[in-house]
Amino acid sequence: MIKYLLRRIAIMVPTLLVTSILIFTIMRLPPTDYFETYVAELQAQGERADLGRIEFLRKEYGLDQPAVTQYFRWVGGFFKGDFGYSFEYDLPVSAIVGERLGLTILLAFCTILLTWIIAFPIGIYSATHQYSWGDYGLTFVGLLGIAIPHFLLALVMMYFANVWFGLSIGGLMDPKYFNQPMSWEKAQSILAHLWIPVLIIGAGGTGSMIRKIRANLLDELQKQYVVTAKAKGLPPGRALRKYPLRMSLNFFISHIGDILPTLVSGAELTAVVLSLQTTGPLLLRALQSQDMFLAGSFLMFLALLTVIGTLISDIALAFLDPRIRLQGEATK
Amino acid sequence: MTTQDLLRIEDLRIAFEVQDGLHEVVKGVSLRLQQGRTVALVGESGSGKTVISQAVMGLLPKKGHITGGRILFRDPATPAIETDLATLPREGQAYQALRGGRMGMIFQEPMSSLSPVHTIGDQVEEALTLHRKVQGKEAREATERMFALVGFRDPAWAYERYPFELSGGLRQRAMLAMALICRPALLIADEPTTALDVTIQAQVLAQMKALQQEFGMAILLITHDLGVVANLADEVFVIYQGEIMEAGEAGAIFREPRHPYLKALLNASPHFDMKPGERLVSLRSVEVPRTGKPRSAVPLGQTLLEVRDLEKSYGGGNLALFRKSGATVKAVDGVSFDVASGECFGIVGESGSGKTTVGHLIMRSRRADGGRITFHGPDGPVDVLALGSQALRTFRPNIQMIFQDPVSSLSPRMTVLDILREPMMIQGKLSPSEQRTRAEALMQMVGLDPRFLNRYPHSFSGGQRQRIGIARALALEPSMIICDEPVSALDVSVQAQVLNLLKDLQNSLGLTSIFISHNLAVVHYMASRIAVMARGRIVELASRDQLFRNPTHPYTQALLAAVPHADLDRPLDFANLQRVNGSDSARWGEEFRGEGLVLHEIEPGHRVLMRASPVVAPMKEAVDA
Repeated sequence: MIKYLLRRIAIMVPTLLVTSILIFTIMRLPPTDYFETYVAELQAQGERADLGRIEFLRKEYGLDQPAVTQYFRWVGGFFKGDFGYSFEYDLPVSAIVGERLGLTILLAFCTILLTWIIAFPIGIYSATHQYSWGDYGLTFVGLLGIAIPHFLLALVMMYFANVWFGLSIGGLMDPKYFNQPMSWEKAQSILAHLWIPVLIIGAGGTGSMIRKIRANLLDELQKQYVVTAKAKGLPPGRALRKYPLRMSLNFFISHIGDILPTLVSGAELTAVVLSLQTTGPLLLRALQSQDMFLAGSFLMFLALLTVIGTLISDIALAFLDPRIRLQGEATK
Repeated sequence: MTTQDLLRIEDLRIAFEVQDGLHEVVKGVSLRLQQGRTVALVGESGSGKTVISQAVMGLLPKKGHITGGRILFRDPATPAIETDLATLPREGQAYQALRGGRMGMIFQEPMSSLSPVHTIGDQVEEALTLHRKVQGKEAREATERMFALVGFRDPAWAYERYPFELSGGLRQRAMLAMALICRPALLIADEPTTALDVTIQAQVLAQMKALQQEFGMAILLITHDLGVVANLADEVFVIYQGEIMEAGEAGAIFREPRHPYLKALLNASPHFDMKPGERLVSLRSVEVPRTGKPRSAVPLGQTLLEVRDLEKSYGGGNLALFRKSGATVKAVDGVSFDVASGECFGIVGESGSGKTTVGHLIMRSRRADGGRITFHGPDGPVDVLALGSQALRTFRPNIQMIFQDPVSSLSPRMTVLDILREPMMIQGKLSPSEQRTRAEALMQMVGLDPRFLNRYPHSFSGGQRQRIGIARALALEPSMIICDEPVSALDVSVQAQVLNLLKDLQNSLGLTSIFISHNLAVVHYMASRIAVMARGRIVELASRDQLFRNPTHPYTQALLAAVPHADLDRPLDFANLQRVNGSDSARWGEEFRGEGLVLHEIEPGHRVLMRASPVVAPMKEAVDA
């Protein structure tokens, strides 16, 4: 087991290395860099750019040096906790991402929890009562959730919240608390705001999760071992919980790998519409303005989360499923 | 007769919901079963035999309904009460107490019947704790005792195993333990040994019989294998399309079969007493036009394929996640043989013996680790293993393959025409219209109507699909075909049909073939020379007559001894079978074990893998002969 873990971790290194090269290459693909875009923008507005300062920044961040050198400076910085400098915000990347990251994870965590709490029982009901009216009805609702884009749902809710209740539901907290130290009032404000984006973002996820659970469980329910369980006299409920449900858990666990990156980058559009103080809009903006260190480091972070997520789900799967754990040693 | 019937089925009718109403699959079946007796329900797939067993257990699929009749179950423990299972609510508590408690069931495929993520101990113990008030340590001890009873040598070890860690035979024993742990009055065995190797099958059957005597339970045996029936059943019911055709004591059934269907069934199964040239009588024979003229790359009788010292190992890499050491398995270990033009060469062995791998290596679908394969085609000898990708492509038409599973070996998204044309298209042979003509000819050759060319595989039965597979193999006019278990997925009646077809094609086309099978009777029917494989090596190589007259290697002997005959006068020697484990080389005689074994010729054309210094006895025989 230890050896397996070490090997899996060792494999992560080249994966991340290749990813970093890809990200860096893509970030540098546009013929211009941030400063040129910036100068052009200023000139278009009829203002004069401080070319001296820009030249200084370029030198400072090594943009005048060959690509290879730049790459190594960028990657080397990670090990020192230096994720580069955001030109647009004039701040180190870590300072910008700071609080937003925590909020993003909070939001995503709540969303996933809600998704599971709703989707699990419904999925099981749908699978065990296939083609019943209940199944059709719940499937319809789930499909609605999948079909309606998040941002549209967000707009609709914002409109009606305003028209009916006179509420403004944007943001994850009252703006006055943002970037302030945590306090009781702030926490209350966050909780009061949190449920709306959770519901909106969760709607689609719940819909597709219901479909996935239903499909997985239906597959398992066909299997011969379910008949065996019944043949030994297990009541249907217990037979369902012990055998097919357990088997369909595999799918959940391998799903963890996908969850971590969506935690951080998911639902950008909704976040923009609802002006949530999460990392999604930040990434979007950074990509638009070619703020290369902010965007690059951010993407790198997503890659790291993906790799870690996969590792976690692999380890969990190995614990859960003896076939993965023992197959290599099977004597047959 | 003092005993009352344990199970009495009276005029049972079962129907399935289909789109336009109900489709009746069991049409008024009646049978009875007494305590301690074994009743066999014999029939082909689709005859309704499994549905009856499901109805007894209350395990019919949702769309299946009992539309008439009674299933009366009288538990010998409470002889005053007779329950009509047909009216008992399927999900009710009364039925749950019976299932697993008083009636146990084992299924055909022991791998898929057990949950792969729970230990077998867990799964078997569950059956016990559901019906008996035992918990914890006591339950575990009872479970381990049961494991010992069904033949696990180390019950404590077995308790912790997952199904995939066990061989097929042990898995079926675990299933047996699960079905029997509450000592039921009735055991329903649905094709219990069909998926097992012949030596393992014999052992499991022996185990069932021994346990039946010990527990005094009744067995309802559902099978299509008349050999198994002859060895186990007291009474036989033959079912065909949902109706009982013939019923009676086993003796009467086998000695004086009366119904034509039963007679046909008996005639359709190959057996060892067939004379050379005797044909199986197929239930639904196909007429094959014999227009083809013998055509062969090299003159008949001359060596067509030469295989020398073929080697192939699996494993060894550290690809598997948790593999501790790079243990390799030698799937094929120094295999050598010749195949003469026009002959049918049989390879027999149990699963894991490497027989299929040999076929794959000859086809070049897997890469051999060592050895040489020479094909003596019309353009001189070809070193098959050394062919480059371009040369291999032009060589491929020479050897074609017929696969085991007629369902998965045909693409469901291609019409039969496309399936038959594909090899010709890949080889760039013939124009489209000529390909169509050829496809029509192929269909006729395998006894199918050329008008079916535009249909998809799903509209054909298993036997018809296998014939399409044969037609595809013949599309490129190969000199040799490799048949890998071509009939093991088919019913007896259809099996005879396909075997006869293959035989006819061989004669009319002068085809050379390698016939790979685990079924000795089938190989006996098809092949003129036979190689027996065990653990990647050929242990015996002889002509058919020599092999069956004078089986010399202990493994060959074990294989032959384990074949159940559909003949009451040749019962399996259950007492002996329990001791002998066919492929366990530790039980082979001294001269067949260890290092320095060679294929030793004990009579002309009869070779046995044994120690270099010849043992006296067989040697003498050879001289005498």
